[in-house]
Amino acid sequence: MNAPDATATGDRPLNLVVVAAGTSVPSSTRMLADQLTAATRDALARHGRHVTVTVLEVRELAHEIVDATFTRFPGDKLKAALDEIGRADGVIAVTPTYNQSYSGLFKALFDVIEPGTLTGVPVALGATGGTARHSLAIDYALRPMFAYFKADVVPTTVFAASEDFGAVTTAADENSLASRAGRVGTELADYMLRFAGVTAGAVAPTRADGGSGRRSEDDEFADFVPMGDLLGR
Amino acid sequence: MQFGIFTIADITPDPVTGAIPTEHERLEAMVEYAVQAEQVGLDVFAIGEHHNPPFVTSSPTTTLGYVAGKTSEIILSTATTLITTNDPVKIAEDYAMLQHLSGGRVDLTMGRGNTGPVYPWFGQDIRQGLPLAIENYELLHRLWHEDVVDWEGKFRTPLQQFTSTPRPLDGVAPFVWHGSIRSPQIAEQAAFYGDGFFHNNIFWPISHTKQMVELYRRRYEHYGHGSADQAIVGLGGQFFARANSQDAVNEFRPYFDNAPVYGHGPSLEDFSAQTPLTVGSPQQIIDRYMTMREHVGDYQRQLFLIDHAGLPRKTVLEQIEILGTEIVPVLRRELDALRPAHVPDAPTHAARVAARDAALAAADEPAYDDAYRFGTGDNWTGLTAEGGQRAQEQSLARDRRNQARLADSPAGKESK
Repeated sequence: MNAPDATATGDRPLNLVVVAAGTSVPSSTRMLADQLTAATRDALARHGRHVTVTVLEVRELAHEIVDATFTRFPGDKLKAALDEIGRADGVIAVTPTYNQSYSGLFKALFDVIEPGTLTGVPVALGATGGTARHSLAIDYALRPMFAYFKADVVPTTVFAASEDFGAVTTAADENSLASRAGRVGTELADYMLRFAGVTAGAVAPTRADGGSGRRSEDDEFADFVPMGDLLGR
Repeated sequence: MQFGIFTIADITPDPVTGAIPTEHERLEAMVEYAVQAEQVGLDVFAIGEHHNPPFVTSSPTTTLGYVAGKTSEIILSTATTLITTNDPVKIAEDYAMLQHLSGGRVDLTMGRGNTGPVYPWFGQDIRQGLPLAIENYELLHRLWHEDVVDWEGKFRTPLQQFTSTPRPLDGVAPFVWHGSIRSPQIAEQAAFYGDGFFHNNIFWPISHTKQMVELYRRRYEHYGHGSADQAIVGLGGQFFARANSQDAVNEFRPYFDNAPVYGHGPSLEDFSAQTPLTVGSPQQIIDRYMTMREHVGDYQRQLFLIDHAGLPRKTVLEQIEILGTEIVPVLRRELDALRPAHVPDAPTHAARVAARDAALAAADEPAYDDAYRFGTGDNWTGLTAEGGQRAQEQSLARDRRNQARLADSPAGKESK
């Protein structure tokens, strides 16, 4: 568990973890993730805050995710990735759309995350797909899963179809990919500042109250009860 | 240090030949493994308790009683005994019987079972798993340590002036280990009673095992049973050995790749790096198991799962032979030499009787007398006042010793 001074306000850079579940290199999913990341970084910069970005390419974790599904414990790379998520002040999660939902691999990563890891954590959602006809996948598939995690999902989400990457991206078009990404960045930055305790108004658990509700090294034994209490004496 | 094997008595198809043993063959094989384990000089044979297919070990004391008749030295143990769903009165009786008939060659490992549905099969509520483990063991402990027990708890009918029979051999109860993989409460329970803690780490990284054992050791000291490094620790493990390490890998790989528990997941190499599984030459297995103490401290018992993944009977017998003749003699010599003098050896009945006698003498209590104590509890029809009084005196003396121990321990000082 981090010491309180490392988690409370102060001047530490905020931790932004980006989960990108694209399967090719480069992938449009990663391109969207990068765009959302840049927008969030810019928005935080306007508040005078630095951000440390960790990008988790799910592809690189794929084998360990399947292994952990069977063994119930993560391998070294996956453990490091899950620890990053456990320290995040904000998460950007982007998946390709398969059959009107997140990809199986994207879901599999979140299936090996310990309960409580994402409670209260600001999350921005994005998805990519061939055409805009898939765009409701975010609200019908991703958002419910993150609601279950009790994550703090920002209102704006971004679905990027292939055509978005070739479309006009001037600021004049309020629905352009760039302007939607900018809105996500602004919202996520605000949520992160609140969650990290930089601005007021956070609801516990937050990053600022020592990480309660968040996974930490000590949490494995968080439910420890002394024997006297167990025996009811 | 004690070394042995444990079996969960699963029926698993041999992935190479497709052969599937019958229940009868599997049971016969287990008995043969136990006898062989004794012949090659292993110290412990332990069996699981499961009440669902594909397992064939629903009645451990039946099997162990039979094994006891065919062996003379090896310690018979469990891996594990379901403290949650068995009536503690029946556990007290069954294992005291086995203890007498085997000449004190019995200990047990308490566990909570491999599957949730086992609770309703025995009339219990799965939501009460941990409270059942706590309350049932408290009763079992009293039934073995006190001749006459008055009891009232949440999960079974009260007992009044009840005596569990037979009384433990030489007045010393079978040693108890508490097995747990993830529950800190079970480590706490083991520490509270000064019992052993068995971490069956066969599917877990040593970093996790280390955390659990450290918790147990810290709490063992807290409750005044000795220093943390004197706590009694057991570990699981699994290996496959051939003289030539590449032969071991080639022969074992199809069994690993198709095993019900880890098959189709991590590679043999990854799983070997992350868990105690070691596949190679006897020397490689010795080297690997020499390192465990660096993580958990000097420990008392090392058990190996050896008849898993559908390995054929002949192969398992060969593995037991290699274990007993090539691996354990070296591990035993090296690890015993490394263990400091103040760290106890593994518990045996004889040593525990001697320790009890020494404790009684030191406390100026009368020496233990195993003359039949007529007049114990109400379930005895020949009640006599003298017998009852003797039982009560012993119970009070035991209470006094416990109070004195706790008063001197961190646990006692903290509450003042």
